[in-house]
Parts: sequence; C-alpha cells; structure tokens
Amino acid sequence: MVTELGHFALILALATAIVQAIVPVLGARRGDAAMMAVAPAAALAVFILVAVAFLALVHAYVISDFSVLNVVENSHSMKPMIYKITGVWGNHEGSMLLWVSILVLFSALVAVFGRNLPATLKANVLGVQAWITVAFLLFILLTSNPFARILPAPAEGNDLNPILQDIGLAIHPPLLYLGYVGFSVSFSFALAALIEGRIDAAWARWVRPWTLAAWTFLTAGIAMGSYWAYYELGWGGWWFWDPVENASFMPWLAGTALLHSAVVMEKREALKVWTVFLAILAFSLSLLGTFLVRSGVLTSVHAFATDPTRGVFILAILAIFIGGALALFGLRATALRTGGLFAPISREGALVLNNLFLTTAVATVFVGTLYPLLLEATAGTKISVGAPFFNLTFGPLMVPLLLAVPFGPLLAWKRADLLAAAQRLYAAVGVSMAVALLVVYLREGGPVLAGPAIALGVFVILGAITDLWLRAGFGRLETGVALRRLAGLPRSAFGTAFAHAGLGVSVVGIVAASVFSTEAVVSMKPGDTVTAGGYTLRFEGLRDVTGPNYTAQSGEFTVSRAGSVVARVASAKRFYPARQMPTTEAGILTFGASQLYVSLGDPEANGGLVVRVWWKSWVTFIWYGTLLMMLGGALSLSDRRLRIGAPSRPRAPKAAEAAKAAA
Amino acid sequence: MTRKQKRLAIIAAGAVFLAGAAALVTSALRDQIVFFSSPTDIVAQGVAPGTRIRLGGLVEEGSVVRGDDASVTFGVTDTNEAVKVTYKGILPDLFREGQGVVVEGVFEPASGTFAADTVLAKHDENYMPKEVVDSLKAQGVWQHDTAAPAAN
Repeated sequence: MVTELGHFALILALATAIVQAIVPVLGARRGDAAMMAVAPAAALAVFILVAVAFLALVHAYVISDFSVLNVVENSHSMKPMIYKITGVWGNHEGSMLLWVSILVLFSALVAVFGRNLPATLKANVLGVQAWITVAFLLFILLTSNPFARILPAPAEGNDLNPILQDIGLAIHPPLLYLGYVGFSVSFSFALAALIEGRIDAAWARWVRPWTLAAWTFLTAGIAMGSYWAYYELGWGGWWFWDPVENASFMPWLAGTALLHSAVVMEKREALKVWTVFLAILAFSLSLLGTFLVRSGVLTSVHAFATDPTRGVFILAILAIFIGGALALFGLRATALRTGGLFAPISREGALVLNNLFLTTAVATVFVGTLYPLLLEATAGTKISVGAPFFNLTFGPLMVPLLLAVPFGPLLAWKRADLLAAAQRLYAAVGVSMAVALLVVYLREGGPVLAGPAIALGVFVILGAITDLWLRAGFGRLETGVALRRLAGLPRSAFGTAFAHAGLGVSVVGIVAASVFSTEAVVSMKPGDTVTAGGYTLRFEGLRDVTGPNYTAQSGEFTVSRAGSVVARVASAKRFYPARQMPTTEAGILTFGASQLYVSLGDPEANGGLVVRVWWKSWVTFIWYGTLLMMLGGALSLSDRRLRIGAPSRPRAPKAAEAAKAAA
Repeated sequence: MTRKQKRLAIIAAGAVFLAGAAALVTSALRDQIVFFSSPTDIVAQGVAPGTRIRLGGLVEEGSVVRGDDASVTFGVTDTNEAVKVTYKGILPDLFREGQGVVVEGVFEPASGTFAADTVLAKHDENYMPKEVVDSLKAQGVWQHDTAAPAAN
C-alpha cells in the first residue's frame, strides 16, 4: 500500500514538474506575473511528492517488504537497520531516486530562498530545474522503477553487496549527489541568463552561494569516497583514477574553476560569458558522471547498473541537455555585455590563469577517461588508461597552478604588482625551501623530487597564512590592533585562506603517502613479527567472530615500539553467506598523521597466513586537507555578503582600511 | 592594452595551454596505455618483451598453487589456450577458480609465464570483467548469460 502510494506520488511529481517546466517559462516571456508565480508553488509540491516517494521506498526497506523487487535484490531481514536504510541508495533504482530527491530539494530551496530574485529570473531558473526533473523522473518511471513488485514474494532478500555495508556508503552517495546535483542550480541560472539575454554582478552574487554549497558537498563526497575505498577495499590505495572517480573529479575541477570565475564576475563584472560557460560545463560533467556510472558503460567497482536501455536513455538526456545548453550558449552568449577591463597581472588575471589550468586539467582527465571507450567503440582495441597516464598529464598541470595559488589573493584587482606580491611571499618561499632541504636531508636516498614536492604544499599553506597575516596587518601594526583586524576580516577571506591551506595540506599528504610509505607482504604464523614504520607487529592468531549477517576470521596483532606494547589491531576476512561473498576488513591504527594498515590474505599450505602491512606516512593529511577545504567553503558560504536578502553592508572604515592594506 | 588585444592575449594563452596539454596527453597515451590481451592472443601473436599488458580470462580449474612467502601461481584460460601467471601478494577477495580475472604485468616469452604485479577480480559474485566477457564471446565459449548481473 505504502509502496503504491510512493509510486503514485512519483507519477504526480512528474505531472507537476511538467507544469513547472512550461508555465513559468512562458509567463516570463509574456511578462505574466500569475504564470510566473506558479514556479515556486510547483517546485515545493514536486519536492513534497518526491519526498513521499523516497520515504515510501525507505519504509519498504525498513519493514523488509520482500514483495518489492528492489528490496529483495538489495536487502536482507538480518541486516542491521542502518544498512537497511542506506541500502535504499546502494542500488541503481534507489540511487536515481536519491538523485532526483536532491534535485527537487535544490529547486525547493531556490523557491524558498530566492524571494529577492527578479521574477523573470526566478521563473526561468525554476523552469530549467523542472526540465531536468522531468527528464530524470521519466528515466526512473520508464526504466528504473524502484517500486516494482514481485510475485510470489520470496521469504528472504539477497542482501546488499557486502562491500557497500559500511557507514562510508551511508554518507558517500548523498554527499556526492548534493555536490553533483547542486551544480544544476548554477546550470539553471546560466540557462536562465541566456534565455533572458541579461546578466550582471547581482546574478553572480546569486549563483555563487549555490556553487559554493555544491562544491563543498562535492569535496566532502569525493573525500569520503576516497577514504571509504582506502579502508574498505583493503588495497591501501586512496585514489585509483578509476573512471567513476574521474567522473566525480571532473565536475569538481570545473566547479572549482566556476567558483573562482564567479568571484571575478561578482566583483568586477568581467568574464561573464566564461562564467556562464563554466556553469554549463560543471553540470554537464555531472550529467556525464551520472551517465558513466549509471549506464554500466564502464567496467568498474561502482558500476552496479548494467542495462543498455538505461544507458541509451541517459545518453539521450545527456545529449539534449548538454547539446541544448551549448546551442543556446552559442546563440545568445554574444548578447551578454562584456564587463570590466583588467591588466594581465592582476587578481582577475590570476583567476583567469587558475581557470585555464583547471579547465585544461579537466580536459586531460576527460581524455584519459573517455579515450578507451572511444577507441573500443571505433577500433575495437581494448586498452586501459591507468595512473601513469594521469600522473604524467594531470601532475605537470598542477605544479604551476599550486605555485600560483599563494600569489592570487595577494594581487590587487585590475592592475597589480607581481614583484610586490613576490616580496610579501619571501618568508613563505624561504621556509618552504628550508623544508625541501630538510626533507631531502632526513630522507637521504629517497626520491629527490619528494623535497620540492612537499615544499610546494608547504608553500601553499604558508601563502594562505601570509595572506591573512598581511590583511590583518601583523608586524606593521600593534599586535592587539592586528588581532582585532583579523577578527574583523570578512569570513570569505578566511574561507579563501582555509581552502587554499587545505589544498596545501592535501598535497603534503599525497606526496608523503606516495613517496615515504612502506609495504611488506609476508607469510606469518602465530608468534611471527614484522616491522613497519618503526613499529613491530606480532601476529597473535586467528579468532572466529560472528556478526549479525556475516561470519569472520579476525587476525589479531599486538603492536609494539621499542619493546613495549602500544596498541592492538585486528584485521578480518568476513564472509557474507547471503551473497556467498568475502570481504576484507583492514585493521588501521593512526599514529600522529601516519597510519599502520594491516590486511589479511589467504592461508598458505604450510600453515602460514599471508599478511600485508603498510606504513602510510602522513596519509591522514590528505583528508585533513579536504576537511580544511570544506571548512573554507562553509566559511565563505556564511559570509554576510552572500546571504541572499541581507542588505549589503556599508563599507565600514575598518574594512576599507583592511582592503587598502591588502591592496 | 585595448579590449581586443586583451582578448587576443587570453585566447593565445588558452591556445598555448591546450597545445601543452595536448602534447602531454598524446605522449602519455603513446607510452602509458596498457593493451588488453586474451591467452589466445598471447600464444598466437606473442608479446614484445617488457611490454606491460593486461591479460584477462578465467582462472583455470585446479591450477592455483600457493607457494611460500605469499607467492602464487595460477593459469588464466579462455578455454582455448592457457597462460601461466606468477604473482606475489594478496589475491582479491573474490579470486576463485573458474571465475573471471584480469591480471596486469609483463609476459616473459623465455619461460612462457606472465609475471603479474596486479590482480583484479570481480567485486561481487556476478561480476565478470567486461574485457573477459567480450573475449570469451569472441572465442565462442561464452555460455552463462546469467553471469551478467541483473541490476544489482
């Protein structure tokens, strides 16, 4: 009953979304206020209807209703409740429903928070949101209905893929989708601007918070996914350049570029056409990501959907939206008045440079991800493009970008002095070089490039600190005054500094974990020891463990340093009988920023057990850095300036002074 | 600079970037891609020594021999030909005899064995690497369509 209600609500949502897709856009053309007013009401109605459908599916999972095919295929009555709920989106149909739920959530948020938007812009934005909603609701209802019944109903379900039974999965897809789908708002704003042929700084001020929110969530989603892969797959890797990872990374890169170009547009009314293009690009890449993952076109860990009709359907959606948006862009972009001028050496110039690097990086990742597909489709040759390709193409692009990051915020708008900015960075450069030498000295015999690479990350961190330091006026003013000025800086200044510092922290973690980590694969019998990172692991033996829906053999280890036991760690091989499937549960211990990572292999003929032990140097910095980036995003988002509806604050003398000091 | 010059400068900078990226991409594509082969391909055509390739097929029944010190040897077959693979390390959770597998490494023509440094197996009980399915189909020995996962 509840299931049918959910199905019905979804169909009603489609009908309402069709109204929302047509009426407000026509109203905006005709200047009919009543027709335009349909948009917010319809957006809220669609949101409530889709929410009902989503909750109906959750309900079916919670009560283990095995007359619903989707529940049978992905759930089990013995599964812990948390995984019954997260299992809702651990499969194709459910995850598409989550995708649409988040899409209509964003539409509803635009409807609620967009009270100050010009009427026509709001109507057009919600209209475009509805076009996307209609397309994906059709996709769900026609090809991926999660509410399909099965007769006769089996007594027990097939269980969720054990790899996905993890708290990481509970958080990863919703965060990722909040990011992916969040870019739909920027996309809709871009299309609305093109439809109206009008765009100004206010437009950028409305778009930026949405982009910022989407970017923050996408950062969180990617970081979470990477950490999940790290601890759950038992391979000790945190990034595989897997096509599905690339599919989420490309919108992130484009979104980062968009974030920066929107700043230029908001402050200086320049780069209008480019910003609109990036808004289209970011969401197009999100759609491409959805296509790659959902169509099953890729061979990948994540591709649990393999149905060609679905692939063709999403490909059609992809073609219509990307093609349509780009066609509209081509037709109308010239109508957008170009804005402020700037010299190449200026804050704007730096942001253009950032955009060039990021979009070029997108292009390389795009080629690496899609070239194998293209080659197989045209020539029939099967190849795989792996990490070496991306290290060779993506890596060189990132080095100059990272070098430039500390300079950007120190340059003035319009026309700046590069030499002056460089002088302000003397301290940062000096310390970074010292770090480089120190690393090379301490790790004598290690890869020589490790020193400069780590120094690059340190330089980015110090550059962010330098920016705040100079803005507050430390060293130039009394410390008390400078501290007060620091507290008075706009939140977006802290946002920039935190996000940039986070990037630096991640770079340090990535380099250290790639270069200084050690790995040992050994055959161990109880009592044997192995050393890693200065710690000694003693294998104590295997213990049988029984979980709610699995059995496990847990390898117990004691970890000692200089003869005294400091910790215990267990690494297990689990077996899920419902799917006849084993998984590896890695044992991970964190020491400072580094981690000891233990995973179990198979028993050997001589009674030993294969054990793989990694010492992962500073690996946690990778994710601490992303946390800082998210914090930066959240801080910028909370900046008064971006709160829609907040009256723009008259420039306080203090702020003006700070701006002058920064210039 | 005038508006026109500025725009030209940006376009030129963009062109330089794209050219640089294109150069990087093409050189990396030439050197860093890994081709996929079936056991039949290797036996019939051979492999240039030292070239990294991916070999895909089924793990031959009864061929898995675990040595000491985490080393293991097994046969990869497409039911037509089989190639002996040596590997040292932990095999994936779902590595099983008679199931699909993709290994990456170097074929040593002298000993006729494939030295793998990476072993990829399916990630759930229905999954078979797409390359393996295609190559089995090409050999005409693809039978169990049930192996295609039904939307799970």
